[in-house]
Amino acid sequence: MADVYKAVKLTDRVYWVGAIDWTIRDFHGYTTPRGSTYNAYLILADKITLVDTVKAPFREELLSRIASVVDPKDIQVIVSNHSEMDHSGCLADMINLIEPEKVVASTMGAKTLRDIFHLDREIISVKDGEQLSLGNLTLRFMETRMIHWPDSMFSYLPEEEILFSHDAFGMHLASAERFDDEIDPAILQYEGATYFANILLPYSSLVTRLLGRVGSSGMAFKYIAPDHGPVWRKDIGGTIGRYGDWAAQKPTRKAVVVYGTMWHSTERMARAISEGLANGGAIARCMSLDVFHRSNVAYEVLDAGALVIGSSTLNNNMLPQVADVLTYLKGLRPVNLMGASFGSYGWSGEAPGQIAEILKEMKIEVMVEPMKVQHVPRENDLARCYALGEDIALQLRRN
Amino acid sequence: MEKYVCNICGYVYDPEQGDPDGGIAPGTAFADLPDDWICPICGSGKDEFVPE
Repeated sequence: MADVYKAVKLTDRVYWVGAIDWTIRDFHGYTTPRGSTYNAYLILADKITLVDTVKAPFREELLSRIASVVDPKDIQVIVSNHSEMDHSGCLADMINLIEPEKVVASTMGAKTLRDIFHLDREIISVKDGEQLSLGNLTLRFMETRMIHWPDSMFSYLPEEEILFSHDAFGMHLASAERFDDEIDPAILQYEGATYFANILLPYSSLVTRLLGRVGSSGMAFKYIAPDHGPVWRKDIGGTIGRYGDWAAQKPTRKAVVVYGTMWHSTERMARAISEGLANGGAIARCMSLDVFHRSNVAYEVLDAGALVIGSSTLNNNMLPQVADVLTYLKGLRPVNLMGASFGSYGWSGEAPGQIAEILKEMKIEVMVEPMKVQHVPRENDLARCYALGEDIALQLRRN
Repeated sequence: MEKYVCNICGYVYDPEQGDPDGGIAPGTAFADLPDDWICPICGSGKDEFVPE
């Protein structure tokens, strides 16, 4: 069975030896309807080198793909660009099996790997800008701390002009195709943006800075080889440019209306706000948390100019699914948004005020007092909601 | 002495503890940290820190 998994050639000296996870749908709370891949790369230098590994259950697939090119025991160097378990899950096993001469990670990576795997063998920590000779080839390392863990590090192979970019420029997309030019660009755009929104958004300012460093480093790229999704070999300028755009979070005329509802009253308010937004010239996204996942909301927020959140009041509190999405969005730290809150209630009506407080904690400018309706909205209530949508649309025209 | 928190990763600089791995002795106020001191977790500069 092992023989069915083959390596995929990038160049004569570099192969993809990762794993395809066709069935994963929940990636620590991020919904992945198209599955994912865990990419590992084999460099056939004088010192054969493995860059990253795969998630633990895919160990046989990794080993089989390596074995289609070389005997895994011939690997002399293992580089860990990112310690998270979807890339390091097989690291301890690989170290035991291969007994490589060197295991290399960033300073924080060496520490993190020790904390995760309780390894007793030495991990060599490399600093920003340091080089490692693989004999006839060279790896150059660039620290990319907090993009998106403290340990994250790029490895660059100048002789082949390949950047091993860990999670950066990646996406959750399972495919039999390994290269960007073999896949529908609209899917790459959507899944790439979704990945950025859900994983990298909090570190946007660091991404902007990193892109500047990459630009001035003189590195040329024939391939950008991330740890998830396809390898970039065609639209390299495009993927770097999109990262710049996403990190800038330049707001558009889009307003995202997100709500939780019990008896459809808050839903009717959300619909009326969305109609007002559209009538005012905004792009409205009306998202019920009964059907949209938090990571879908994050995707829409990435280029939005307004975030409007509604909730019924349940036992003096907002609905749990609204608290969920707010907690998630607060962690993602979106910027350049204005905000508003709304909701129907039976007798106390705390939820819209609670939402507004959290929006303020997120440093989102709350434009209006929370809009509240007792029980079922009447025509004039819906007209107020519609007018709120139009007002927000008017503000968004500045964008 | 006031604690300072890193905007990027959430690390808290506690003057009472200092940052021994970064060569900062316990009892060093945030203002007295050298300009090239970086967050021991994420590598951010002092300008990313705000009072807790």
